[in-house]
Amino acid sequence: MSSLAERLERPSLSTATQPRQTRGVIVRTLRNALIVTRREVRDSLRDWRIMVPIFILTLVFPLLANTLTRVFTGFFEDNGAQELLPALLPLMPMVVGFFPVSISLVIALETFVGEKERRSLEPLLSTPLTNTELYLGKTFAAMLPPLLASYTGMVIYMGGLILGEQQWRPPLILVAQIVLLTTVQALVMVTGAVVVSSQTTSTRAANLLASFIIIPMSMLVMLEATIMVQPHRRYLLWFIMVGVLVTVILLVRMGVRIFNREELLGRTLDQLNLRWVGRTLWQGIRGPLTERFSLWRWYRGGVFPAVRSLRDSLIVVLICLGAAFVGGWIAAYQWPISLDQFDSNDETLLDNLRTWFDLGQDNPHLVIMALLQNTRVLLAATILGVFTFGVLALVLVAVPFGILGFVLGQVMLSGLSPLPFLLAVIPHGVLEVPAIVLAGAAALRLGSIVTRPPADMTASEAWLMAAADVIKIGVGLVLPLLVLAAILEVSLTPRVVEFVLSL
Amino acid sequence: MIETFELTKDFRDFRAVDRVTFTVEPGMIFAILGPNGAGKTTTVRILTSILQPTAGWARVAGYDVVAQPTAVRASVGVLTEQHGLYERMKAEEYLDFFARIYDLPADVRRQRPRQLMEHFGLGDALDKRLGEYSKGMKQKLALVRAMLHDPPVLLLDEPTSAMDPQSAKLVREAIKELRRAERTIAITTHNLIEAQDLADRIAVIRQGRIIANGTFRELAQRFAGTPLMELRLTQHLNGALELLRDMVTVVETGDCWLRYQASDPAATNPQVIRRLTGAGLDIVTLSEVSRTLEDVYLQIVAEDEGMTAHEQSG
Repeated sequence: MSSLAERLERPSLSTATQPRQTRGVIVRTLRNALIVTRREVRDSLRDWRIMVPIFILTLVFPLLANTLTRVFTGFFEDNGAQELLPALLPLMPMVVGFFPVSISLVIALETFVGEKERRSLEPLLSTPLTNTELYLGKTFAAMLPPLLASYTGMVIYMGGLILGEQQWRPPLILVAQIVLLTTVQALVMVTGAVVVSSQTTSTRAANLLASFIIIPMSMLVMLEATIMVQPHRRYLLWFIMVGVLVTVILLVRMGVRIFNREELLGRTLDQLNLRWVGRTLWQGIRGPLTERFSLWRWYRGGVFPAVRSLRDSLIVVLICLGAAFVGGWIAAYQWPISLDQFDSNDETLLDNLRTWFDLGQDNPHLVIMALLQNTRVLLAATILGVFTFGVLALVLVAVPFGILGFVLGQVMLSGLSPLPFLLAVIPHGVLEVPAIVLAGAAALRLGSIVTRPPADMTASEAWLMAAADVIKIGVGLVLPLLVLAAILEVSLTPRVVEFVLSL
Repeated sequence: MIETFELTKDFRDFRAVDRVTFTVEPGMIFAILGPNGAGKTTTVRILTSILQPTAGWARVAGYDVVAQPTAVRASVGVLTEQHGLYERMKAEEYLDFFARIYDLPADVRRQRPRQLMEHFGLGDALDKRLGEYSKGMKQKLALVRAMLHDPPVLLLDEPTSAMDPQSAKLVREAIKELRRAERTIAITTHNLIEAQDLADRIAVIRQGRIIANGTFRELAQRFAGTPLMELRLTQHLNGALELLRDMVTVVETGDCWLRYQASDPAATNPQVIRRLTGAGLDIVTLSEVSRTLEDVYLQIVAEDEGMTAHEQSG
């Protein structure tokens, strides 16, 4: 036998170390991810604890579901309710498809943290696999067996319905909807669970956190079922699919961005360090604790830089607000409402305004009401944005602009002068709109920053900094602007409108 | 080649690695010794681009561990503290998995795992599931995995732990062969006999700092003091102590032996022999008491503990 030294060549970079620029990055990433996937899938297939439930849910459960459907169909037909069947029959394939997919949650939840517990993670992290390759490989592996099982289950179940006594002939589009819904549900559960798995220290912790996936998924499935039994509303399922798919993309993006070998290997304890959270947040809001606080310094060193950091979010918000306004305008032309009664009734409008003035002129109560309304909406947008990667924050701040576009469109369409309408918005809107744009952008950034934290920060640090920015911008700019806008809305705007209408 | 300069790693308020600087040339075995929690594993993890240094820099096989992590990991073979194998896989599947990750050509992927497994006496266990492997077999397999892609740099954490003496010898020989093949090798170990046998240079790390770095001879000279000589006579010492009083410092005596310190044995020992034989005393042996790495290591750590205590009290 030749010695080891003879077998080894002079040291050179291994083939893997040489630049492989000729291959596309995407091809290489997928190829390497699939190496991981193949190993993991093979491992899953050898684990009877995974395979037995999948086997039962794939082969046994659909047959039981067929029997159940036959009983129900008979019951409905016996009672003369067979017309309800086309609406109700699609529910069962959804259930049959969903159960095997739920296993993906179990696999995905332990994908990283399980390896960490089995001590096999470090050798894998020491290989030249990139974070994306490792992450995608494991995500695919968690998804494939349950998804294939789900498709098989649905084929068996629907095959039984189509070829059996029921002779069910579902529309192809309905079958596509059910299959795609199941697929996106699997995708969102797996991507969410892999994020959880890569951020926790034990399988137990990952399982405990799974409720954050199970609860919204249950609500989503209930919503889908409600829509499914109303055939004329089934088109809404496509919107849900798109929404879920966007969530999947955001979750993958977030997972890859916050995937951190150091954190994964180094963190040994899941703890909420409230002191650190409080300190980091307070420093973010106040600025360096070593400096004496002054309002001017706070604005110059804290609030204005926070606004500058919103640049990308501001662009997105402005585009969305513009799109909402244009969308509202187009909708007005699509669904015109007759506004003729106002055409000859300026006097009535004027009377109404006078009544309004009598009630509200110089009334601080109305100022507070206007301020509270705006503040409440922006707070809701911020909170909802946190749980939806900023999406609902965008929706909430964009809706009023859609309504404005719609109303202005209707006014124009009816041949009325847009001037009173515009003047009912512009005087206080000059301050209110910037406040909404700023608050919307801050909320969007707060919700979305976990999908792309800066390279030198962990996701939690980045989120706390964004939260500090929200508070600084909220207190330093948005609130003062909203106060002034509310005062103008109550005191100046109606007067301007009254003046124009009385001309 | 491995180069580090002022390498530092902080975990929030705790400094795990503190301004560590060293160089390991190709064809050299560098041993990193130190108590548990001294920062050895953290240093190795930085060198494999798993952890990012807080300050300082490190280059492995010419690649920067921060800027070129993928290239670093492709150039390094790592034997981790916990080898963590996939128990349901067969050895050949396991090695094929890593060979594919390292993008080895198909023919190399087929041949090299078998060659390496045979070299370490595991040729017959290739189609065995890893769950059936003994601890020692697992350790050897993990070493095969580290060598699979023929990396220019090897980082081996406790390479012979859990091995029987025969296997440990086999692995030590393999490591020496890798040195002959100009590989750059860093090992971390608590086995000081092994470190003394293998290492060309030794660094002792404590509380994240390198407190000693050099060849064994250099460290022994610096920390274990003046060489100690042992003299054995055929009879009781009788007047021997009196005869040597003005020449050497006797530190230990027995019935017919004594030990003395000699700062320059080449000059002192012939004089000692002349004087004793001149007085009619028969000498059986005169030899240097061998100092082990363990003695030197304990001395290094004790001195550093003393210095730390002194600094803290001051």
